[in-house]
Amino acid sequence: MTPASASHSGPAPQRWETVVGLEVHCELRTATKLFCSCRNSFGEEPNTNVCAVCLGLPGSLPVLNRQAVEYAMRIGEALHSTVRPSIFHRKNYFYPDMPKDYQISQYDEPINVGGWLELPDGGRVGIVRAHMEEDTGKTTHVGGGGRIHEAAYSLVDYNRAGVPLVEIVSEPDLRSAAQARAYVRELRAILVATGASDGKMEEGSLRVDANVSLRRGGSSQLGTRCEIKNMNSLSSLGRAIDYEAERQRELLEEGQDVVQETRHWNEAESRTLSMRSKEEAFDYRYFPEPDLVPVAPQEAWQAQVRAAMPVLPAQRRARLAAAAGTGADVVALLVELDLDGLVLEAIEQGAEPRVALNRAANEVAADLEGARGLDPAAFAALVGMEARGELTATQAKDVLAEMLKAGGDPAAIAKAKGYKALSPDALAAAVEEVIAANAELCARFRAGDGKVMGALIGQLMKATEGKADGNRARAMLTERLEAKA
Amino acid sequence: MSAQQIASAVRSGRRSAADVLDEHLERIEAREPELHAFNLVMSGQARSAAAELDRRVAAGEDPGPLAGVPVALKDNLCTRGVPTTCSSRILEGWRPPYDATVVERVRDAGAVVVGKTNLDEFAMGSSTENSAFGPTRNPHDPSRVPGGSSGGSAAAVAAGFVPLALGSDTGGSIRQPAALCGVVGMKPTYGLVSRYGLVAFASSLDQIGPLAADVADAALLLEAIAGHDPADSTSLPGGAPPVSQALDGGVSGVRVGVLRELTEGIDPDVLKRMREAADALADAGAEVEEVSVPATVYGLSAYYLIAPAEASSNLARYDGVRYGLREPAPDVTTMYSRTRARGFGAEVKRRVMLGTYALSAGYYDAYYGQAQRVRTLIIQDFASAYERVDVLLAPTAPTTAFAVGAKAENPLAMYLSDVCTIPSNLAGHPAMSIPFGTGDDGLPVGVQVLAPALGEEAMFRVAGTLERAAPVPAPAAGP
Repeated sequence: MTPASASHSGPAPQRWETVVGLEVHCELRTATKLFCSCRNSFGEEPNTNVCAVCLGLPGSLPVLNRQAVEYAMRIGEALHSTVRPSIFHRKNYFYPDMPKDYQISQYDEPINVGGWLELPDGGRVGIVRAHMEEDTGKTTHVGGGGRIHEAAYSLVDYNRAGVPLVEIVSEPDLRSAAQARAYVRELRAILVATGASDGKMEEGSLRVDANVSLRRGGSSQLGTRCEIKNMNSLSSLGRAIDYEAERQRELLEEGQDVVQETRHWNEAESRTLSMRSKEEAFDYRYFPEPDLVPVAPQEAWQAQVRAAMPVLPAQRRARLAAAAGTGADVVALLVELDLDGLVLEAIEQGAEPRVALNRAANEVAADLEGARGLDPAAFAALVGMEARGELTATQAKDVLAEMLKAGGDPAAIAKAKGYKALSPDALAAAVEEVIAANAELCARFRAGDGKVMGALIGQLMKATEGKADGNRARAMLTERLEAKA
Repeated sequence: MSAQQIASAVRSGRRSAADVLDEHLERIEAREPELHAFNLVMSGQARSAAAELDRRVAAGEDPGPLAGVPVALKDNLCTRGVPTTCSSRILEGWRPPYDATVVERVRDAGAVVVGKTNLDEFAMGSSTENSAFGPTRNPHDPSRVPGGSSGGSAAAVAAGFVPLALGSDTGGSIRQPAALCGVVGMKPTYGLVSRYGLVAFASSLDQIGPLAADVADAALLLEAIAGHDPADSTSLPGGAPPVSQALDGGVSGVRVGVLRELTEGIDPDVLKRMREAADALADAGAEVEEVSVPATVYGLSAYYLIAPAEASSNLARYDGVRYGLREPAPDVTTMYSRTRARGFGAEVKRRVMLGTYALSAGYYDAYYGQAQRVRTLIIQDFASAYERVDVLLAPTAPTTAFAVGAKAENPLAMYLSDVCTIPSNLAGHPAMSIPFGTGDDGLPVGVQVLAPALGEEAMFRVAGTLERAAPVPAPAAGP
């Protein structure tokens, strides 16, 4: 972006490869906190969901929440990880939002190791680990631009202290901001499907840190990375990665080194700023947490968790793609919108897959509120009517809109709207009529002027008072005109 | 009167709890200014509690096995609404919103809590000189220390202020002061007594236990506080062991090993008493032999890495943000430093720094990691020894009570006071100190009985026998 880098002697466009690994912190939807019985709930009066344990008062001791372990196991299962006997460590550092001035976290013996996540495009992203830890409180720095050292004073809310988290660490397998976003979107869908998370990035129940580095295209060596924090939406994640990759590219092209450090994404300025360098990094002095015993889920418990696993997005995509005979983007979209069940059921009841996919991805997707009350059998019936030519596409959309708004039987709605089906015979008769009455247009079509088809269809619509299905009419006209040639 | 006698008299209505309490408060009033066993005497609350007990007895209720027994609590046990200081300036003004599990349990058993006893700051020390509120003195000779860190509890029992007291033992902090004050002190198996509400020093080593004038009373108090607590994840399943029943069981056929490594570096008069104790057990029918537990010689070194490491983390929370002392400063980092600089004493600072260093990146494996490996070795060596014998015998401390100030400027000499007691903490095993005569200076000597995990019953059988065989009677708890 600077003149210097712009004038740098001609690097090929693909000279640098962006390498991204993500650390996603996911708050678990347990009723209570990780180590005490305080309620785990967002948005309450500050410092109301607190007790001796989550305030780290002298003499208090943690007791592990079984439901949190179960959610962690479900996440591991969903990410194809190996669930292993694990222990907790203490991560020691001073900060006012940490009641004990250490965080209880899993370190080198986490509950879930390895695994992968499958992106909607079929690509796989490796998972390093998914471990349990407690959340910290929340600090609000008043004055001085919101940074602790310049603040006039700071307020701490410990409601969040001790809320259970699972941190999911990916391999550095992502190559662009778009891929990183796709990964987070897919991971969020998985976390919501397992019941472990509500997936709300805006409430901070899903928080993403990105490790970004650059390397020369084709190199297998990783470059020096920076860790980017404080992105609170998918959009800011994408922009932060793009910004950071560009910043590093400029440095490298000027022959400078990237310094390993933690950087803060400033949303207002749309740029990353240095927080602390590797030299300033905390020495966390990890050691095994002596107040807790090892977590070693027995095989029976693991089997129970496996048996209770919901169908995950990748499986749902595969199922819909198989039923619909397509693996296109529309399948991913329908699963993301939770409309795949509707479409599958309609197909099962005999609906034409192509029509069912189109109607679901367009009209139903546009009214997700109404979709919740949509009866799959009625939807299947509507798709059938359109597929058989009993309704034109326009009529079908209209009927569907009515069904989404107020429910009801598609045949009855069509009848009430006066959408009389034009039988195939009637359509054929109308086609013959139009051909006979428009000899000149037909001749031009036969001579290769495809544009006149529109005028012919217009005539047909006039003759049938708009009851003909445009697509069918086009097909029939084309067939008849080419046959006479 | 022993705790057993008091409870029996109060339960049957022969004596009122209020009367018992008054008698003990009088003794406290007489000698407390000289000894400074307490950080806080809770006369008012104790009187209310005693009156309530008397009402219950009058109404035909049974308040429990500790009915009307005055009990002192080491001031690192949380008491709801009552200052809990750990003898540190940094907890100034802090009143816990809850009672420790053991405090609930002694109250549920009918005991009357009379006060909070002095200790080395955060239980770090062996003389109770490291208290922000001044040292406690030994009732047998006020120019001497009572030992530590539960020196206040040991002195309170030895002076007859209370028949029972609770202490905590991380490296010998119950047993060593018990020995130096001529009372019984016992550290239970790790996990037998809940640590909930004990202000942590070194979590993997800390254990709460009883101090008492005699073995039977120690058994009574252990039975009241032991047993599973869901609030402590390291708490063992099951209830309290029936140790009271074991006291008179005798030692016929019991195999006793004199722990060879812990007979080295001991004052000759102290060692002589331990040999006499071994002979007494043999006379009573035990099979006595010398047994080696080689790795115990590394106990002290391993302990002074593990305990400070855990302490450096446990004591991080005293940062001035939420409770206790806060030294004002222009920014948070300076506030942390000033608060901790002023709030902690020298020994606490020394150990926090030692522990921080031991856990630091690049040093962890050589220090903390190595110490944990030594700990494993000690456990293995104990396991081999316990294939041959049922209990082990050793001195409790290398010396009798030393003069106030004698070791205050020499931390290493002070640390050596715990050389005989530390191995049981590292192994998580039970051990207890029983008074067994005096040294050449006329001051009490304790001998220590060590047992494998959950070996409390065998330990109390041996302790009961030793008590009966002791050359001079244990100093009386009171008139």
